[in-house]
Amino acid sequence: MGFSKRTNAAGVAILEIDGQLIVGNRQELKTLVQDGLDRGERKFLIDCSRTGYIDSSGLGALVTLSKKVREANGDLRIAGLNEDLRALFELTKLDTLFHIAPSADEALAGF
Amino acid sequence: MDETVASPLRLCVHRSVDCDPPGTVSVAIKVPADLRFVEDAIELMALHCFAGAAPCKRTSFRLRVLLAESLTNSILFGAQGNPQRTVRLAAEVTEQTIRLQVTDDGPGFDPREVPDPTSPGALGRPIGRGLFLIRNLADRVEFNEQGNSIWMTLPRS
Repeated sequence: MGFSKRTNAAGVAILEIDGQLIVGNRQELKTLVQDGLDRGERKFLIDCSRTGYIDSSGLGALVTLSKKVREANGDLRIAGLNEDLRALFELTKLDTLFHIAPSADEALAGF
Repeated sequence: MDETVASPLRLCVHRSVDCDPPGTVSVAIKVPADLRFVEDAIELMALHCFAGAAPCKRTSFRLRVLLAESLTNSILFGAQGNPQRTVRLAAEVTEQTIRLQVTDDGPGFDPREVPDPTSPGALGRPIGRGLFLIRNLADRVEFNEQGNSIWMTLPRS
């Protein structure tokens, strides 16, 4: 449970959320992305294929990170949402704010 | 018959099976007003709410998000994040339904005054989606008059 990060050959930082993204751990994700930005990374993929649930604090963290990355002329994408998570993004209309791909492979192909 | 179980995280579980209607199980947990306990409180409550049941994935998801939102709101805004204070988490569980209650000792709020986070101007804000999610994920949402206690009902299957 937690976050893992790797960078692929194309320079995309892939962050996997294993478990949940909630008020108690959102700062950890923010730090991972901010550290990447500080090192010059500009392409981020948040892989949710192993994510159980996300609360409003987690959604808020993703909104904040997306804005930060965009302001740095970067690109943050989300992939691997299950049916419930997808519904959460649609309910809050955040699906209109993010580039969401069905799978990590599909998101990476378009970077 | 009542029994009290104390976990290493000082969460107290109170179970009673002599409620009305018969067969209702009552569960109560006192959670220190500290965000570090939210996840464990959610899993502890889920364990008791779904004991002997096989909830569908969506119900399990809904219960966890509802608890995360209501507990976080009560800890941050009701109890001001003061770990010396507690938030009370309770559930009435029947064969068909789960009725969750989260109560804090704060002054309460008026849920009618919470703006819609999906309006165009609010969409990019990082906060303000908690109550919106609760209203959309629970079958029924009720508040007490003071606004420091919320009830959320969802199916158990």
